[in-house]
Amino acid sequence: MHQSTLAQLSVALESKQISSEELTRLYLDRCKKYNDSLNCFITINEDEAIEKAKFADQQRADNKHTALTGIPVAQKDIFCTNGIKTSCGSKMLDNFIAPYDATIVEKMNNAGFVTLGKTNMDEFAMGSSNETSFYGAVKNPWNTEYVPGGSSGGSASAVAARLAPIATGTDTGGSIRQPASLCGITGLKPTYGRVSRYGMIAFASSLDQGGPMALTAEDAALMMNVIAGFDERDSTSAEQTVDDYTEKLNDSIEGLKIGLPKEYFGEGLDSNIAKIVEEGIKELEKLGAVCKEIELPNTELSIPAYYVVAPAECSSNLSRFDGVRFGHRCEEPTDLSDLYCRSRGEGFGKEVKRRIMIGAYVLSAGYYDAYYLKAQQIRHLIRDDFQNAFKDIDVIAGPTATGTAFKLNEMIDDPVSMYLSDLYTVSVNLAGLPAISVPAGFVNNLPVGMQLIGNYFEESRLLNIAHQFQQATDHHKAIPGGFE
Amino acid sequence: MEWETVIGLEIHAQLATKSKIFSGAATAYGAEPNSQACAVDLGLPGVLPVINKKVVTMAVKFGVAIEAEIPPKSVFARKNYFYPDLPKGYQISQFELPIVSTGHIDIQLEDGSTKRVGVTRAHLEEDAGKSMHEGFGNYTGIDLNRAGTPLLEIVSEPDMRNAKEAVAYMKKIHSIVRYLEICDGNMQEGSFRCDANVSIRPKGQEEFGTRAELKNINSFRFVEQAINIEVERQIDILEDGGKILQETRLYDPNKNETRSMRSKEEANDYRYFPDPDLLPVEIENSFIEDIRGQLPELPDAKKQRFINEFKLSEYDSGVLTAQKEMSDFFEACVNSADGEAKLSSNWITGQLAAALNKENKDITESPVSAEMLGGMVKRIKDDTISGKIAKQVFEAMWNGEGDTDAIIESKGLKQVTDTGEIEKLVDDVIANSPDQVAQYQAAPEEKQGKLIGYFVGQIMKQSQGKANPKQVNELLNVKLKS
Repeated sequence: MHQSTLAQLSVALESKQISSEELTRLYLDRCKKYNDSLNCFITINEDEAIEKAKFADQQRADNKHTALTGIPVAQKDIFCTNGIKTSCGSKMLDNFIAPYDATIVEKMNNAGFVTLGKTNMDEFAMGSSNETSFYGAVKNPWNTEYVPGGSSGGSASAVAARLAPIATGTDTGGSIRQPASLCGITGLKPTYGRVSRYGMIAFASSLDQGGPMALTAEDAALMMNVIAGFDERDSTSAEQTVDDYTEKLNDSIEGLKIGLPKEYFGEGLDSNIAKIVEEGIKELEKLGAVCKEIELPNTELSIPAYYVVAPAECSSNLSRFDGVRFGHRCEEPTDLSDLYCRSRGEGFGKEVKRRIMIGAYVLSAGYYDAYYLKAQQIRHLIRDDFQNAFKDIDVIAGPTATGTAFKLNEMIDDPVSMYLSDLYTVSVNLAGLPAISVPAGFVNNLPVGMQLIGNYFEESRLLNIAHQFQQATDHHKAIPGGFE
Repeated sequence: MEWETVIGLEIHAQLATKSKIFSGAATAYGAEPNSQACAVDLGLPGVLPVINKKVVTMAVKFGVAIEAEIPPKSVFARKNYFYPDLPKGYQISQFELPIVSTGHIDIQLEDGSTKRVGVTRAHLEEDAGKSMHEGFGNYTGIDLNRAGTPLLEIVSEPDMRNAKEAVAYMKKIHSIVRYLEICDGNMQEGSFRCDANVSIRPKGQEEFGTRAELKNINSFRFVEQAINIEVERQIDILEDGGKILQETRLYDPNKNETRSMRSKEEANDYRYFPDPDLLPVEIENSFIEDIRGQLPELPDAKKQRFINEFKLSEYDSGVLTAQKEMSDFFEACVNSADGEAKLSSNWITGQLAAALNKENKDITESPVSAEMLGGMVKRIKDDTISGKIAKQVFEAMWNGEGDTDAIIESKGLKQVTDTGEIEKLVDDVIANSPDQVAQYQAAPEEKQGKLIGYFVGQIMKQSQGKANPKQVNELLNVKLKS
């Protein structure tokens, strides 16, 4: 049963093949059994989960349920959950329990999802390997000596190891897509504003977007149907009408025009990865898609621009963690300055401090124009590159990450290399576009993802292409050894 | 050397909304600490600000009232600094693109002339909370009820040249925001306060001197005192060959001195940048025009109307229109007084103002309503009572003894207008005052007017003030000269 997709679980619950309580216990047992080796959960929410599952069974008995009522889910620990600790992977919030649910959580609760627990993540979502978490590194189920990617590494690892049928993630510069790629699952980063950011702890507000991390595109579509939509509590959420994301899944992709950015297949891309992505694209051609090379000339500027904008916003967003009202406070502060310095010095890890300092620097008087303003101008250029490209094509395809998962501790002391590995993902956030990573094959028994980038609010099209791809391939069905 | 003072003011007007600028929490003053602070005001993780649309309308109203330019797009920015009563570690304000751009207001100078003062900009921002340093032992208490209260910061050009002009400017802005009903103007509660930028320069010099910023002054009187004492301080320093430091200073009204708070070197780098949680505020022309169409009559226009319509002096009109409630009171009073404007104006700016002042009451708290006062003026006008008796009536009304007619009735204050009765009183007094009559008759004509006062006083005394003074005078004039 734990190898089932959301769609299959929905049928099993509906046909009373299994109860939500049984299903929830099954997943909880797996979580408890494997969390020691994978470390993908910060909190396992056993008692509340079982209670919620019993309630779900009652709702099904009373015929007050949705198709997804009673299905377990893992929530990234960046989403506030009323009454359950929300740490954001940081010592700073090790004692924080929010008195509210994030909109995503609220919507999923209302749809009947059962929260199994809160997944591990890079501290405040800053990292590409899940090694910056206060709660320790997460392991990749395909090889536990390797990282799962980040920042949504806990969610990716949990779904890949079938400890949860689906999970939430957030993506500021690739944090859904890159771990999805490295763990062999399907991860969708929606258009900026499609999913509410309310209750999602902010890293870089103009880039952050929550989305599904699932076994299949179909499952991602089912979750999108629950979480997408305007939220009056988030001024940046879009008022645009919401699609039924399952509606077009089975449409043919005959005649689909795919753009292949030459900048995505050049220097910096592992040749083994290139080969797999090219095979994936051939598969799409077999399904009737037509490919052409395109140019996204400002791609190389995306990393520097991203590493100005994201730290700038983070330096301000993380100012509220000051030891005054909640979160970590140092012992016996001697005065106000000591309270601030030690509370923040002790509460934040190295990578978070590094980004706060970069951010404060690029916003400071005399440097603002040279860094922050310039980065915003580059952002416009990148957006324009994509808009020009979308005049002739429907979707862009390429690799998600520059390589497969790397070994734990391999890159942790080399932040710049780590930053550069985000090359294919960050420009999507800078432009605010939707993109999906789908499993496309393996190199040395480590998964490789293919990325599809769509125009604004074209999640339906991305899910359609990904679903058609998954109908024709079975990379997404592979289960890491030891977790069958 | 002769020095010239240069002053610019930054006024913070709290916008009179029920809820905060970016959250649904209440803004009411005086609640239990932290009882009006929700997750957004507390700066909890994950929560987001949502603009209260009422503050946008209010700011645009102000902009239209001062004939300012309203840009089609304004942007909220974060002003970053750490302080325990600033929950997010930044204040949401506006920086490069404020909601109201350049405008102006006219102030009346003491010599009666008018001066135009430029308004550089007005922008929206949230207030911070309050730190309480007493009553918590070694700790500081934080009350976040005020955090997120909407403020309109109105920044003037450095156009004022002395403390009195600064006060006149501040009073005018106070008057406008209250007319517009966008701010309650309560200075004790901090709803209306200002920072004053003060510098001096040798008269005739074009270039500005180094300025000091006097922070958080919350009364008209203190603004005047603070500026004057600061100017003295700066003159003393410069005349002793010293240099003025650019710094922030605090005015202490108890000692009547300003003290340094922090120097320019200690000033924060606020690292302003556009707030990514909020969309730019976009304002369409039709919205501005709607507001323009609904704008109430403003103090300048009302003053002119009072001069034209009621034939009041410029001075009286100015006094009556400075405060909207005062002008409403006046118009209601005139209405109840069958249109008698001049007497109504005299009573409001004289007796009533004095009585209110004595008990430290505002016009809205007057125990004598506009209708009651108007009723009394009507009785003066129709000769039922004299001005002197009216003072008794007014006092009785003030003490809650009923309206004019009831008081006249119960106290028997109706004026004696019966000519026979008055003539008898006049005759009696003349008969009993032979010395004074002789003195009067011997006096040159220009002095007789003064001497007649004695007879009037005696007659009024005999009649307990009820004799119609006009008739008394007429009769005396006839009888004393015969």
